Amino acid sequence: MDVVINGENKKISAGVTLLELLKELELDPRAVVVEHNRKIVRRAGLGDVTVTDGDAIELVHFVGGG
Amino acid sequence: MKTETLNRQDAEGLRDEPLVIGGRTFQSRLLVGTGKYPDMDTMVRAIEASGAEVVTVAVRRVNLDRTKESSVLHFLDPKHFFLLANTAGCYTAADAIRYARLAREAGFNDFVKLEVIGDEETLLPDVQGLLEAAKVLVQEGFQVLAYTNEDLVTALRLEDAGCAAVMPLASPIGSGLGLLNPLSIRTIKRRLHVPVIVDAGVGTASDACVTMEQGVDGLLMNTAIAAARDPVAMAHAMRLATIAGRAAYLAGRMPRREVAMPSSPSKGMLD
Repeated sequence: MDVVINGENKKISAGVTLLELLKELELDPRAVVVEHNRKIVRRAGLGDVTVTDGDAIELVHFVGGG
Repeated sequence: MKTETLNRQDAEGLRDEPLVIGGRTFQSRLLVGTGKYPDMDTMVRAIEASGAEVVTVAVRRVNLDRTKESSVLHFLDPKHFFLLANTAGCYTAADAIRYARLAREAGFNDFVKLEVIGDEETLLPDVQGLLEAAKVLVQEGFQVLAYTNEDLVTALRLEDAGCAAVMPLASPIGSGLGLLNPLSIRTIKRRLHVPVIVDAGVGTASDACVTMEQGVDGLLMNTAIAAARDPVAMAHAMRLATIAGRAAYLAGRMPRREVAMPSSPSKGMLD
């Protein structure tokens, strides 16, 4: 299944939830904020949202800035 | 022992109230950024030397290849610092709102340093987009600290929109040119009720001092510390300069005059 994560085309397993996707990417769900098709998904709800083909996902965190 | 004595004198010389922004109380009037440091260890030591409690951070995509840890929270304990997320790099109100919402979702606080940039070369703010974004974010319960230019009318509109603080620039972001328009900054401070934090443009300690002498409530800087030859030493200098400028403002400077006045008595001179 093809999705776009942080602007990059990625192949991921079909039917995974956002929480499972983070695990697959070795990302700590407490350390990232997830935007799924332009909608923010709260941390507690990551396991309830299933990723589908063509979805756009943004994974962000805090970096150094002024 | 000597340090203790000095600190007591510092406290005695500075009868001041703490800085309160959006209901939060801060002891330090110096706020610092976390960007552009040569390395993370220098950043952490510089921020400690600055005495700042509020540190700004930016919202960016995580690095998917996981070859390096890039989150600033890996190095700065969010329990010891108040994280102020910015919307740096946003050129439209819609983008700034999107970044602010993502930042809030990180779960630390609902403060945002709102930037809507209007011009790539000068990084000057787009005041129309800024006001638009400020209104939406205030409505959504954010404590908005709005980065703006040194224009009184925009500052008044931002206050009317419900911003928790207004942050006029001293000079363009990263320029190090110092305070270019003290009159405008003083006017903004005089007319606003919310805290005025000067953000951007300070280059060295004298700039910080002279900015605080205008009576503003605080000062936010990043590059002046991060790009100094010795960022930790400069952070220390900035801490002292911010305190000195504030103390001088509270002390009230002598009037300027264009002719000399002797400091020693003119009476009692020999024939």
